[in-house]
Amino acid sequence: MTWSAAARGAHQPDNTAFTQQRLPAWQPLLSAGITLPLFFCAGLAFLGLGLGLYYSSNAIQELEHDYTGDADAGSCAACAAQGQGRAPPPPCSCSWHFTLSELFPGPVYLYYELTGFYQNNRRYGVSRDDAQLSGLVSALRHPANECAPYQFSAAGLPVAPCGAVANSLFNDTFSLWHQRQSGGPYVEVPLDRAAIAWWTDYHIKFRNPPLVNGSLALAFRGTAPPPNWRRPVYELSPDPNNTGFVNQDFVVWMRTAALPTFRKLYARIRQGNYSAGLPSGAYRVDIAYNYPVRAFGGHKLLVFSNISWMGGKNPFLGIAYLVVGSLCIVVGFVMLAVYIRYQDQDDDENDDE
Amino acid sequence: MEEDNTIKTSKYNALNFLPMNLFEQFRRLANAYFLSLVFLQLIPQISPLASYTTLIPLTVVLAITAVKDAIDDMKRHQNDNQVNNRPVLLLVNGRMEEDKWMNVQVGDIIKLKNNQPVTADILLLSSSEPYGLTYIETAELDGETNLKVKQAISVTSELEDNLELLSAFDGEVKCDLPNNKLDKFTGTLTYKGKKYSLGHDKLLLRGCIIRNTDWCYGLVIYTGPDTKLMQNSGKSSFKRTQMDRFMNVLVLWIFLLLIIMCFIMAIGHGIWQSKIGYYFQAFMPWDNYVSSSVASAALIYWSYFIILNTMVPISLYISVEIIRLGNSFYINWDQKMFYAPRNTQAQAHTTTLNEELGQVKYVFSDKTGTLTQNIMIFNKCSIYRKLYGNSSDKVGSKVTDCKKEKVDFSYNKLASPNFAFYDNTLVEAVKNGDKWVHLFFLALSLCHTVMSEEKVEGELVYQAQSPDEGALVTAARNFGFVFRSRTSDTITVVEMGVTRVYQLLAILDFSNVRKRMSVIVRTPEDRLMLFCKGADTIICELLQSSCTDLIDVTMEHLDDFATEGLRTLMVAYRELDAAFFQTWSHKHSAAYLSLEDREYKLSVVYKEIEKDLMLLGATAIEDKLQDAVPETIITLNKAQIKIWVLTGDKQETAVNIAYACSIFEDEMDEVFMVQGKNYETVFQELRAARAKMKPETSLESNPTNVRLSSKPKMPFIVPDEVPNGNYGLVISGYSLACALEENLELELLQTACMCKGVICCRMTPLQKAQVVELVKKYKKAVTLAIGDGANDVSMIKAAHIGVGIRGLEGMQAMLNSDFSFSQFHYLQRLLLVHGRWSYNRICKFLNYFFYKNFTFTLVHFWYAFYNGFSAQTVYDSWFMTCFNLIYTSLPVLGLSLFDQDMNDTWSLSFPELYEAGQQNLFFNKKKFVNCLIYGIYSSFVLFFVSMGTIHNSERDDGKDISDFQTFSLIVQTSLMCVVTMQIALKTTYWTLMSHLFIWGSLGFYFCMLFFLYSDGLCVMFPSIFHFLGVARTSLNQTQLWLSIILSTVLCIIPAIGYKFLKRLVYPVFVDKVLDLSWHYRKYPLPPPIHVRLKHSNLRRSAYAFSHQNGFGALITSGKTMSRRQKKKNSFPLKK
Repeated sequence: MTWSAAARGAHQPDNTAFTQQRLPAWQPLLSAGITLPLFFCAGLAFLGLGLGLYYSSNAIQELEHDYTGDADAGSCAACAAQGQGRAPPPPCSCSWHFTLSELFPGPVYLYYELTGFYQNNRRYGVSRDDAQLSGLVSALRHPANECAPYQFSAAGLPVAPCGAVANSLFNDTFSLWHQRQSGGPYVEVPLDRAAIAWWTDYHIKFRNPPLVNGSLALAFRGTAPPPNWRRPVYELSPDPNNTGFVNQDFVVWMRTAALPTFRKLYARIRQGNYSAGLPSGAYRVDIAYNYPVRAFGGHKLLVFSNISWMGGKNPFLGIAYLVVGSLCIVVGFVMLAVYIRYQDQDDDENDDE
Repeated sequence: MEEDNTIKTSKYNALNFLPMNLFEQFRRLANAYFLSLVFLQLIPQISPLASYTTLIPLTVVLAITAVKDAIDDMKRHQNDNQVNNRPVLLLVNGRMEEDKWMNVQVGDIIKLKNNQPVTADILLLSSSEPYGLTYIETAELDGETNLKVKQAISVTSELEDNLELLSAFDGEVKCDLPNNKLDKFTGTLTYKGKKYSLGHDKLLLRGCIIRNTDWCYGLVIYTGPDTKLMQNSGKSSFKRTQMDRFMNVLVLWIFLLLIIMCFIMAIGHGIWQSKIGYYFQAFMPWDNYVSSSVASAALIYWSYFIILNTMVPISLYISVEIIRLGNSFYINWDQKMFYAPRNTQAQAHTTTLNEELGQVKYVFSDKTGTLTQNIMIFNKCSIYRKLYGNSSDKVGSKVTDCKKEKVDFSYNKLASPNFAFYDNTLVEAVKNGDKWVHLFFLALSLCHTVMSEEKVEGELVYQAQSPDEGALVTAARNFGFVFRSRTSDTITVVEMGVTRVYQLLAILDFSNVRKRMSVIVRTPEDRLMLFCKGADTIICELLQSSCTDLIDVTMEHLDDFATEGLRTLMVAYRELDAAFFQTWSHKHSAAYLSLEDREYKLSVVYKEIEKDLMLLGATAIEDKLQDAVPETIITLNKAQIKIWVLTGDKQETAVNIAYACSIFEDEMDEVFMVQGKNYETVFQELRAARAKMKPETSLESNPTNVRLSSKPKMPFIVPDEVPNGNYGLVISGYSLACALEENLELELLQTACMCKGVICCRMTPLQKAQVVELVKKYKKAVTLAIGDGANDVSMIKAAHIGVGIRGLEGMQAMLNSDFSFSQFHYLQRLLLVHGRWSYNRICKFLNYFFYKNFTFTLVHFWYAFYNGFSAQTVYDSWFMTCFNLIYTSLPVLGLSLFDQDMNDTWSLSFPELYEAGQQNLFFNKKKFVNCLIYGIYSSFVLFFVSMGTIHNSERDDGKDISDFQTFSLIVQTSLMCVVTMQIALKTTYWTLMSHLFIWGSLGFYFCMLFFLYSDGLCVMFPSIFHFLGVARTSLNQTQLWLSIILSTVLCIIPAIGYKFLKRLVYPVFVDKVLDLSWHYRKYPLPPPIHVRLKHSNLRRSAYAFSHQNGFGALITSGKTMSRRQKKKNSFPLKK
């Protein structure tokens, strides 16, 4: 009954390209004439790109030093031994000496690298409060639950900045000294530590809470620093424009890494005599060894590196492009061979008919 | 019993819609599963994701379904309202008042007029016709178009239309409780202290239509949902496609895989936690509730359960539904399936079966009204050695039909305007007064059981029991022998303008055994004549020996008729001796009145008089096939679709039609006839047929036979066997009953499936369904049943796909069908074009969809090894929310709504393309495993290429690039590029929409990226949007783009290579046709398949009577025949 009513109302369907499924269309066919050249061209392009990448990556110089102090590795072993089993470890300093026989072309970047450090562990990564870091007073007083157990201090005060990420802020510091002539005095190499964090993080994402009576310290009154910290957050740096949540080191650290081995920028060397790079000579890095990593088998490294058009040293992309490029060409040849063979067969069959 | 006549087919109302609809939806396993995931995500200890990542997609999915349900229900509400508000005349306080259908209550008396539908199930009280007779058409109930007679009991028929008496009527009816038996009703009427028994012939059922009756009154017995019509509209079983079932199985597999992966993750986490996490506590102390690494692992198990849940794709079911809906609309919209003469378009009533249309292997077709038009045309005749109606030039009949001029019947005022004849010699013969021609037509105008109706002077309407008979009487009428009216004992014929009344002495009615009928009349000249018509084989034996010569000539003509596929009939007469008739008449009455063996006794008596007949001639009636039926069947055969005709008709007719529609061909090696009436013979016949077709299959060592003899309990699949030739099988309903009931069903199936065409005749509706069920049970094949009548409903419901032909035989078949249209030949378009496209599209969709989700999800698996199995997601949670729902939904919908590998013309020109669907080549277990492996590969590439890129690497300004958010950005952008390229590779038909959807979605992704990572949004909601500035800071990095290009290329190389090599090495038919179409672009298409109809003269089809006994008894009993005058005279007297 219901359908008969519908049937009576039926009328000739619209004669449009859409309803009749006759929309004009492009019907490409992946024929041999397209596919094979595609493979060869792609292969050649990849090979070329790969070669370029490989050589630019190889041209980048890197100088790495593991200063964790495991076993007998340099003077930091003493610090490592001293800090063994003590939390927080006592302040200690050690140094790393190295010599450059030729100019280390600049601009040179100084990184610290941690291994075995799971900044990408979910529970670690979520243990922060972006609302608090964006300067919201309410979040400052009531940090997010994700921050637990670094949400409230033992005294019941809200932790600022809360959470495991902030609590584990990397607190080793480095200074670089250069001995121009052997036996001469070590001159401190200026480390440019401005603008090491993302512009967007430093200027937009991270905000201090509104000042109280012009004082950041008062703004943070009633909060506790994270337990591992030796100073409250508003004293992170003596520079009033680089303290509180808006501190370059802090912001860099808070941009958590994707992998358990990661580097973070510590400083640029581009000032004064060093704008062209590190000239040859002996160098010393003085390390304030504070950060305990041996407990979980991690390592701390110092890395000097320079940069090319495609970023830092990364042999992976170059090699991968070379491999994929040659793969394309090999596959292209295989396909060509198969094509020729079956094409002949088809022709034979057609002839038979 | 105080119920009104409202019917309610709707499910919801405004108030209960939300709770009921939600309840319904959550009864679906998938929805319930995702709801439980939402709850899991509310537990902060285990949830790695905000609950909106699942909640938003689930809400969208539920909302779409709810809207669809709501629209459906609104339609039902509208229909209900329309039906409930129809007007009806109700007897209230002695007056007739118009009221709405829904206000009719049990016990009301209503008045129905001619051509009105019956409002409720009512007890007939009185009618305008004598004896309280009422004619009804029951097409909507049982599909039969012939009129049925209902009769009021005499005590109430006296009430007539006297409103006072009717108002005073205080009878009490006791009857059965409402039930769904259409032909059963028992009840008693107590009226004025007397009891009258009531049968189903007193009951007018809702859904019937009053015909040929000016008015009638009835007492309402059952209303609304209690009516037999509504009781019969039982919930039709919900049909699911094989793809649906397969999808469910796949989802279960995926679920298992998910559980296994979660286990691996949990174990990994346990190990990590004890080896590393324990020592890492200085920076990340364990939570209070985590007592050990094992406890932590248990929690992580659930966390990964949440993260990896996208393996079971939430939008799978809803997408499939949308795709099917879209493809159903295409069917409704198709102009090439629109039948202009009846203004009907094809309709997809079920929108969930589309892809099965592309997989059909068996078509079960009704004959009458489906293959044939059920229109009989008097085409030729042979009268006393002379053949009329033969075209002089022997070209195909169709061509001459158009060329030749119709015979002018203007000399005959009573001629039917619809009748057409093309041989003028016959008219001349009539006009010239040829004695034999006159006698021939006189026989046709007298010897029948047709009833006539003459509402307007000169406009005769015949009610014939079978269309053949109607055609014959109409032919006689046009040639000047007009059957005008009949009473129980007279027949009035206008012979060449002269009205003559013949006395009807006896009707020797038709029966299946006799295959003939005769009438005995007394002519106005007082001659006694017997006219007989019947099957040639029967009549031949009853003829006088004097006309052997005539018989030979006529037989030759009959052979000619049979060659053309016409249905033939012999006409004979006999002049009777008065005395002989007198004695016979006594015997007849005696036999008629005998209580035992009346049928047999009558037939003996009939035989006595039906002999020594004089042959008059033969008629040839064309059972008109529907348009393009043979072409369609040849096309379907080429597509490896097997066609079985299941008909209630006789064997000869069915076989004849089978040849006419090319189901059987003359070149066939053999057509087996199975006519056995018991187990043994049927078994022998089936085995013999099989032995001939493929001798090895009947051996005891044949694996199927081995399994058969071991009587397996589990249903198993009978493999397809290839016979050594081209065979046909004809099986009668009786043999079929034997085969189905006596454990021969496998035997039958094996034999039947080897044949190219199978004809099952004399089938009951139930048997039709049984045959369909049989094939469904033992063959892994999609079945389609097509029919037009109510007797096809059972098979339409039983088959995977039911197709209703919207013909003359009522709506029942159509109402129960999944698809309906007006012409049989639309079936090829439905299957080969729409079906194939739908199948291809769904397969492409599923392949892509599973691949996409595996690639998307499994990246988390690889990442787990680098983050301490901590359930850290790779992606931004907003990306996870939007990926399936927004970023990738339109391209894949576009693909599955617009893609076509081959346009419709090519699809129809190469029916072989259809085989891919039958064998389910495009999406099966193998393809799914391919998707899985390819997904694993792609996710591997995505993760490790991105990881290699950022590992200890720096940006071009010296800052580190290895932060988590940049990594997320690289992986998700690579993923978007990969899935976009993959769908671009899958698209073969690039419309503007495809470009828009595919490239638009990728563009939209980037827009969303900048929006979601914008300063404003993130500053406003710092705890919801974490990725501030990532897009603008990182997207300018060369490395990032190099990584994205590398991942994309690595992921699509296998796809292109596979596509290319497969076409060369293992080409499927589509590839060949594609090449061909490429080649033929500049040239015209190959000519369409042309069928020349050939018929061998070896077959002869006899007259097709309806196989129920006719009106003969009714006519002679005289009930219907009392003259109207008499009644009208009596009317004033009563007042």
